[in-house]
Amino acid sequence: MNWKTFGAMLARDAHVARRNAIQLFLQTFLQPLLFVFIFGRVMVGSGYMPAAYKSLLLPGIIAISMTFTGIWAVAMPLIAEFQWTREIEDRLLAPISVGWIAIEKIIAGMLQALVAGLAVIPLAWLVLRPGVEISIRSPLTFALIIVLVAGFSACGGLALGCSINQQHIGLMFSMVMTPMIFFGCTYYPWSALKTFPILQKLVLINPLVYASEGLRATLVPQSPHLAVTAVLIALVFFDVLLLVVGLHQFEKKSVS
Amino acid sequence: MAVGVRTQDLRKVYNSSPPAGAAGGFIARADAKGGKQPKTQIPALDGLSLEILPGEIFGLLGPNGAGKSTTVGVLTTRVRPTSGQAWIGDHDVWKEQAQVKRLIGVVPQRPNLDFSLTAREILIFHAAYFGIGSKQRNDRADALLEKFKLTERAHQMVRGFSGGMMQRLSIARAMMHDPQVLFLDEPSAGLDPQTRILLWEIIREYHQAGKTVLLTTHNMEEADALCQRLAIVDHGHVIAQGTPVDLKASIPGGYLLRLRFGNQTADLLQRLQALAGVREVRAADSTGADVYADRGGSLIPEIATLAANAGAELSDVHISEPSLENLFLHHTGRSLRD
Repeated sequence: MNWKTFGAMLARDAHVARRNAIQLFLQTFLQPLLFVFIFGRVMVGSGYMPAAYKSLLLPGIIAISMTFTGIWAVAMPLIAEFQWTREIEDRLLAPISVGWIAIEKIIAGMLQALVAGLAVIPLAWLVLRPGVEISIRSPLTFALIIVLVAGFSACGGLALGCSINQQHIGLMFSMVMTPMIFFGCTYYPWSALKTFPILQKLVLINPLVYASEGLRATLVPQSPHLAVTAVLIALVFFDVLLLVVGLHQFEKKSVS
Repeated sequence: MAVGVRTQDLRKVYNSSPPAGAAGGFIARADAKGGKQPKTQIPALDGLSLEILPGEIFGLLGPNGAGKSTTVGVLTTRVRPTSGQAWIGDHDVWKEQAQVKRLIGVVPQRPNLDFSLTAREILIFHAAYFGIGSKQRNDRADALLEKFKLTERAHQMVRGFSGGMMQRLSIARAMMHDPQVLFLDEPSAGLDPQTRILLWEIIREYHQAGKTVLLTTHNMEEADALCQRLAIVDHGHVIAQGTPVDLKASIPGGYLLRLRFGNQTADLLQRLQALAGVREVRAADSTGADVYADRGGSLIPEIATLAANAGAELSDVHISEPSLENLFLHHTGRSLRD
């Protein structure tokens, strides 16, 4: 393992992220904030939704922001770099094994996902207040959950970014991202699906479900949520699965 | 100490289309088992063996799709050979990738510059990937930008650069970590003559510093002007190898006369063969003949008379002097430009 090379690659990604800061900011926060405003303020304020919905919504919004920042931050540059600009080739020729370049991409994606998640909390709280009751009873479990959420997002981004053709980016959104959000228990708790028993079982293949439910369990424990242990086991499973798939796809893509 | 390059019986078969810049030449269809769709197998390298001595400028010359880029791909860790081995110095390219990557610098056929960075940042980050210290990488970046006449554009994003500027920056980047072996894949393709001359000077200078250079080209002039030794590659294997002078001397006679007649007979070819100075006669198409001879223009009157006597009017003549182009044609029956 060559730490100097690894560090230089992280520095490069940080440098590029700084340069694109405004674009990244809008990309990450605009959509969740609009959601929070419409659902949390407009709908609740006009009485279409109960006030308790605000607390239920916040963890889901954090989960969406983190997951999509992580996927986006890794997948989009990789799609362009492997297929169009080929700019990753310079890093593939750096004195480090190819797997570590993929790990670097994951770490950079996780950092961005964590920043997105932690920044969306105060922003959403500002829009939603008053009426949001956040209580972090176990900071350690909360930290573990957000790291695991950042992990599966970045690993998922790696797997997608190395598998999807440039001309299929639109399809990735409509076929992967959209169903993930709507069946991700982001705008409702998992228990709300009990009237659709088959769907309730099916959505368990969606890692975003565990992200939303895990954040609900640690941030607003008064809302209904899945057991923390089940959430942790599922998140570890998805992290490992997507890491293995992502690394495999990356190596396949970088050596012909 | 200078480092050599060696390959032993390299084979590479692509199961789908090869990556851009490494297009295989001849497509074979092999039926996959189980009655599935026939799988397209593209052999790009077919037992290619090379030995490039430490400190020499070596050229791989061949037409598009001959396997040149795939060879460079294997030697630079980017293409996994189906079989065979490759070494940079004493390091097995496939087994000791990180050590190999320290020794090599690569200029790709298609620019792959980092579009998110400025010209200077590209050089600085590249050096940082190789663990070069901050002061040293800054000094070296400035020196190379100056040398490649890019100082004025140093702080601009490379997206708007012209093809020639991108190519110059690619070479500067490959030199940033002072590699022992420099690979250049079609370095002068698409360059204007002025930039090409600058490039040649820079390659020669780098070689004089004791470095090994391997370049691929389908430009014979470039191969002739730059390379100390050449391998002529076609269909994934080496068909001739040596210094440009030796290779050219190996063409029978040296001169090539490409003739075209109104009609052509076997009898005519035999008579051509009997002319003084003619070394070899080959039929080309139904109405042509390629004559290898040790003289050129002075043969024409005799050929014209001979053809007229045989009732086959001589309609077109092209004479070329000893060249690598003729050598390629002699070995493959095809022109490099085909």
